Amino acid sequence: MAGKNIVEITDKNFEQEVSKSELPVLVDFWAAWCGPCRAIAPVIDELANEYAGKIKIGKCNVDENPITPSRYGIRAIPTLIFFKNGSVVEQITGAVAKSQIAAVIDRIIA
Amino acid sequence: MIYDLVIIGAGPAGCSAGIYAGRARLKVVVIEQLSPGGQLLSYSRVENYPGFPEGIDAFELSDRFAKHMDLFGAERISATVESIENHREKIKKVITSVGSIETKAIIIASGAVPKKLDIPGEKEFIGKGVSYCAVCDGPFFRDQDVAVVGGGDSALEEALYLTRFASRVFLVHRRDQFRAAQILQDRVASNDKITRIMNTTLSKIRGGSGGVETISLYNKLRHETLELPVKGVFIFVGLEPNISFLPKDVKLDSNGFIITDERMQTSVEGIFAAGDVRSKLLRQIVTAVSDGAMAAFSAQQYLELLA
Repeated sequence: MAGKNIVEITDKNFEQEVSKSELPVLVDFWAAWCGPCRAIAPVIDELANEYAGKIKIGKCNVDENPITPSRYGIRAIPTLIFFKNGSVVEQITGAVAKSQIAAVIDRIIA
Repeated sequence: MIYDLVIIGAGPAGCSAGIYAGRARLKVVVIEQLSPGGQLLSYSRVENYPGFPEGIDAFELSDRFAKHMDLFGAERISATVESIENHREKIKKVITSVGSIETKAIIIASGAVPKKLDIPGEKEFIGKGVSYCAVCDGPFFRDQDVAVVGGGDSALEEALYLTRFASRVFLVHRRDQFRAAQILQDRVASNDKITRIMNTTLSKIRGGSGGVETISLYNKLRHETLELPVKGVFIFVGLEPNISFLPKDVKLDSNGFIITDERMQTSVEGIFAAGDVRSKLLRQIVTAVSDGAMAAFSAQQYLELLA
């Protein structure tokens, strides 16, 4: 289960939660059938707790939300896209170590 | 606090080592940077693990391995191992992203990751058509043409899996014969959606902002170059061990895998290796769990002599 600091991102709320967000946003594009997505889930939860108030962390289920993933050309999951003022600033594909994701967050919120 | 044993990695080898070490009542901690399961999480179904004649879901098997390990008291922490210090001393130090851990013995079960081809366009299009996980990314290529590169079990299994989604799968292999198990070769031969392209290497991946568009192939026998339009390229050309944290003087084979003796001990006393990270003939779940059990048993013997 996703942690309490994780926002569910959908095709409907993307505009509000991501494009108009004052905080930078990290969106984790995932699906239930994707093992590496499952592998990084605890890491995403931990980061959402540790960086609460500094960056918004959301998860977007690609099966339930077809529009947003295709708008960002998602052809692999997990893909982590980092947004600042509504624009894409960084992208990570695949299950990577927590420190690698944290390094990008640190750079973005600096 | 000083642990008896630190196990690095919670894939099949690490979990198996954890079960045996737990049952031996060793004070053991398993360090994993992601969820337990390792490469198992990149597959859908496992059909060659003994005891499951109907096959078993890869996620379920991962969960079962982890649960089985927890049952016997192995502690688990979520961290990335950065280095090993004092590795030739009786008390070794494992440096992790959440602090350092002192231990008498170490089992390295950190596994491996898919090898890259290192060709132009590969890195650039990762996540935009280049993939190393058919189960993760296959559904994004519904009714499109894709290529699979490789000739081993993984390449053929993934090519077969991709036929669920793709309209055509081009299976590109550099040799004139596959290395994969005959049962997989038979399935590939009888699958109408798979086109085999033998004696051929992939030299370049091209595309645009929308992702991969074409790949350049070179036939070594006919000395011909061919441009093939595909949206996806799935690469399964072997594995690369996860050993970035390893002390430089631990002996490796020419491909970078850790050399052990038959007791799973590396060239350094008290440091053992198990699973895909080890230099070995066959990398499978069944050989990983075997390595893990043996490494834990050898670690236990080592600790008894130490005491």
